[in-house]
Amino acid sequence: MSNPPITMNSRDGLYGSFHDPAMAQGLSSRLADLVLPRPLSLMHVCGTHEQSIAKAGIRSMLPDGLRLIAGPGCPVCVCPAADIDLAVQAARREDTIVTTFGDMFRVPSGDTSLELMKADGCDVRVVYSPLDAVKIASENPGKEVVFVAVGFETTAGPIAASIRAGVPENFSIIRSMRLIPPALEFLLEKGRGSIDGFILPGHVSTVLGRKGYSFLEEKYGVPAVISGFEPVDILRGILGLTEMVLAGPPFSVLNLYRRVVSENGNVKAQELIDEVFEPAPSNWRGIGSIPLSGLVLRTEYSGIDALTRLGLEPSAEAEDVRPGCICHEVILGESEPEQCPQFGTGCTPRRPHGPCMVSSEGTCRARYQYRHTGDIY
Amino acid sequence: MCLAIPMEITEINGNEAVAEAGGIRKDVRLDLLEGAEIGDFILMHTGYAIEKLDPEEARETLELIKKVYRAGMTGSVESPDNDEQ
Ligand code: SF4
Ligand code: SF4
Repeated sequence: MSNPPITMNSRDGLYGSFHDPAMAQGLSSRLADLVLPRPLSLMHVCGTHEQSIAKAGIRSMLPDGLRLIAGPGCPVCVCPAADIDLAVQAARREDTIVTTFGDMFRVPSGDTSLELMKADGCDVRVVYSPLDAVKIASENPGKEVVFVAVGFETTAGPIAASIRAGVPENFSIIRSMRLIPPALEFLLEKGRGSIDGFILPGHVSTVLGRKGYSFLEEKYGVPAVISGFEPVDILRGILGLTEMVLAGPPFSVLNLYRRVVSENGNVKAQELIDEVFEPAPSNWRGIGSIPLSGLVLRTEYSGIDALTRLGLEPSAEAEDVRPGCICHEVILGESEPEQCPQFGTGCTPRRPHGPCMVSSEGTCRARYQYRHTGDIY
Repeated sequence: MCLAIPMEITEINGNEAVAEAGGIRKDVRLDLLEGAEIGDFILMHTGYAIEKLDPEEARETLELIKKVYRAGMTGSVESPDNDEQ
């Protein structure tokens, strides 16, 4: 048998098949044919999923009564204003360079943001990798270089690896990493919106593995699928999950993204994260504190914590939800972006009013960007 | 925020590698992978390879979708490169 060419041009070769229009259409018509005995709510917790769903117009392919909720799936959106305020405090210091991923650059905290601080003359630099931040520190020995360490498990791996590889004396981090499984537990405990099933984030899952979600089947008996990001992946995920819900218990966590997600996950990444960090309670914007959902530096590495090193004080006043923004409801699936009076008027990607409009994966941003998309291609 | 891009490893130098996709070359760190080889496809995120892609699993997933849902493809899994866009 001749194997298919594996090219990386996203539209051809083996992996490009997950874009295949005929296959996507086949799946979407199977989906449209489903008859639901009662309304169902499925939640995904991944900004990249939301982007793909909005772009491919997948909500318009769902059968009547099937609702697809965009949960707290973007590390930028759930990053509380207090964390951004810490970065702003650092940027105000003399001889300090603040380094951040691009997505955090424009998130508002009160009346300011890192972008506005930079416009004011502070040294704020957008980096693409934590390694870039480390390099800036090496090149600027006279300055304190602070990296805003934001992200889920996916990003915690590279951040831990960069720290583990050794960082110069003048390098520190503002830690703002968050973990997905405790957030899922929190949502289930709260019984908010009664979620019938989860579509689990593909890239977070590369780290956790299918095993990382076993509590969903064992403790909560909630069905879930691990899904990739191409239209075929997502449609297949929604179909598989809906079928599982309709068939009834016992429920399981199905791995439908086996080309990158294994049973045990990326053990090397797990070990590195565990070596540098330990779980601690963490605040989520619009949600509040979730037990053991954040990462703090272990004692051996506590010297690079920017808070103690630079004497930064978390502000109690930082405002998570600005008046007029309903991000907290959007993040919990209680409201749709279109229900926000600011959506598309007082709040647009160019002039974001709330965090969900900032990151390219924010729910409001994805919904706004693809608001005219009705069909898959 | 943490988009991960599939790329092919073309050079390896200890913990560092060069990966390519669509004519773009990037330096990529291998600290998070076990036993990467030239020719492997990886997911790249913030300068690190975070996982390898498994072509066998990809093929099986597509075959299964065809079988279970009878969802056809423009081409077959065996010759998926007759791309029409
Ligand atoms: S992979 Fe993780 S960080 Fe990236 S969008 Fe999905 S949930 Fe967010
Ligand atoms: S549209 Fe803007 S203001 Fe409204 S919820 Fe979304 S981010 Fe907040």
